[in-house]
Amino acid sequence: MNYIDVAIKNSKAYFCLDCGKCTANCPISQYNEEFSPRKIINQAVLYNQNQVINNELIWSCLTCQMCSERCPSDVSFSQFIIDVRKEALNKGKLPQCSHGGVIQTVMKMMANPNLKQKRTEWIPKKLKTSKKGDVLYFVGCLPYYDNIFSKDIDVEPLEIGKSTIEILNYLGIEPVILEDERCCGADLLTIGDKENFEKLAKINISLIKESGASTIVTACAECYNILKNIYPSLSKEFKVKVWHISQFINEKLDSFKFKSPSDKKVTYQDPCRLGRYNGVYDEPRNVLTAIPDVELVEMVKNRNNALCCGTNSWINCDANSKQIQVRRLKQAVNTDGSVLITACPKCEIHFKCAMNDENLDKNSRINIKDLTVFFASSLKSGA
Amino acid sequence: MADKKQSSNDKFIPKIVVFACNWCSYAGADSAGINRIQYSPYFRIIRVMCSGRVHPNFVLKAFLDGADGVIVSGCHFGDCHYIFGNYRAVDNFEKTKALIHTLGLEEERIRLEWISAAEGVRFGQVINEFVDQIKKLGRSPIAEN
Repeated sequence: MNYIDVAIKNSKAYFCLDCGKCTANCPISQYNEEFSPRKIINQAVLYNQNQVINNELIWSCLTCQMCSERCPSDVSFSQFIIDVRKEALNKGKLPQCSHGGVIQTVMKMMANPNLKQKRTEWIPKKLKTSKKGDVLYFVGCLPYYDNIFSKDIDVEPLEIGKSTIEILNYLGIEPVILEDERCCGADLLTIGDKENFEKLAKINISLIKESGASTIVTACAECYNILKNIYPSLSKEFKVKVWHISQFINEKLDSFKFKSPSDKKVTYQDPCRLGRYNGVYDEPRNVLTAIPDVELVEMVKNRNNALCCGTNSWINCDANSKQIQVRRLKQAVNTDGSVLITACPKCEIHFKCAMNDENLDKNSRINIKDLTVFFASSLKSGA
Repeated sequence: MADKKQSSNDKFIPKIVVFACNWCSYAGADSAGINRIQYSPYFRIIRVMCSGRVHPNFVLKAFLDGADGVIVSGCHFGDCHYIFGNYRAVDNFEKTKALIHTLGLEEERIRLEWISAAEGVRFGQVINEFVDQIKKLGRSPIAEN
């Protein structure tokens, strides 16, 4: 079967009614008039089918699922784009990789089984971890993000990791942290590099199996999505329960004792992989409102209507991404909240990168914190 | 494992990538040639306009494609054709070093050097030293496949 037939079948694109709701709601289409999910599907289904891979616009899609949310025929445009990208990549087309492509290279290097990484050096001694156990904390690419971004923009990705371990320790759990864990491969899968994604997945699955863990906790929305939805389809032996940290905390909210936090009025950004992909809307909100004195104020667009953080899988970050980010930041400022909480390290990096612009006006500047960092900082110590 | 590496070292021919800036280091390599300086041939030189252009990805990509060691080389401070390019090279190199460390490769596999157009002899020396160093470290784990 031709790749395009597969893509159309997987995404149910033949159901497309040509109504154009996708384009009307697509965050990219609002700023880039040429980009239209409807037109791309139309081009593939009706006309010059094989030309789709030559269309450079296929790399602009954020795979944020906003279009599928509104689609009356339930066409998964993100799935279609991923399938088309696979073929485009095979044919030698390449996306414009942001950050010089260094993140993609790091991920591809991790796909090599010979590598022996040193990715746990950041863990302070006061935090307790173990080699084998029931609960595994899947850190993701945080150490690499720290290497790449912490000098240029005001982010501390490893704080997310430290806070997560702190929260787990608070519950009396000493999480397993894999010394040689690999990237979950989400970004490679999204740009269509299935070969390297499967290599990464294979290593991770066997490492997780060796650790003997039956529960995985992760603080990254993208890792959560991949571990929960894609890994089980690759290996039948992968029967681990996957939690996002917000879900994990939500189950055990009674065990925490809080102090009054420094920021009382907060707003929350739904990461696309947590919200629209997996329907995790209430748990992070429950966790935030469980902290005394915290008032959660919603942005204009929230829950399944939440605007994306502007760029995905570290490709095609351009003026449109910036416009989306600034728009979202303005929405956050307009809530009158003092801090924007995110549940995905990538959202935080992208927003903070947008705020790195000196010429950005005051109306789009807000303090941004990760959910885990905010939660851990409002815990009463010595429980 | 270590013994095996030692014994195979005699035959081990390292693959080394040198990023040399157009204005100083590349001319330095030229000068080494003109002066007929004898030095190790196990390196591939890539000319870039400025050492500041050498993004961490360039170095990592070299390792991904099978390099055992990478040298980034530019003008001495104050001599940069673009005035501040080599300061940027330092910033980039710091990032590269951090990434290489987290990836678990030895930090001795990468090196930042300042070589001027007149320092042909030094170019030869640096290459010789680096080749010896890489021979001691052996094949990069990523290149083994």
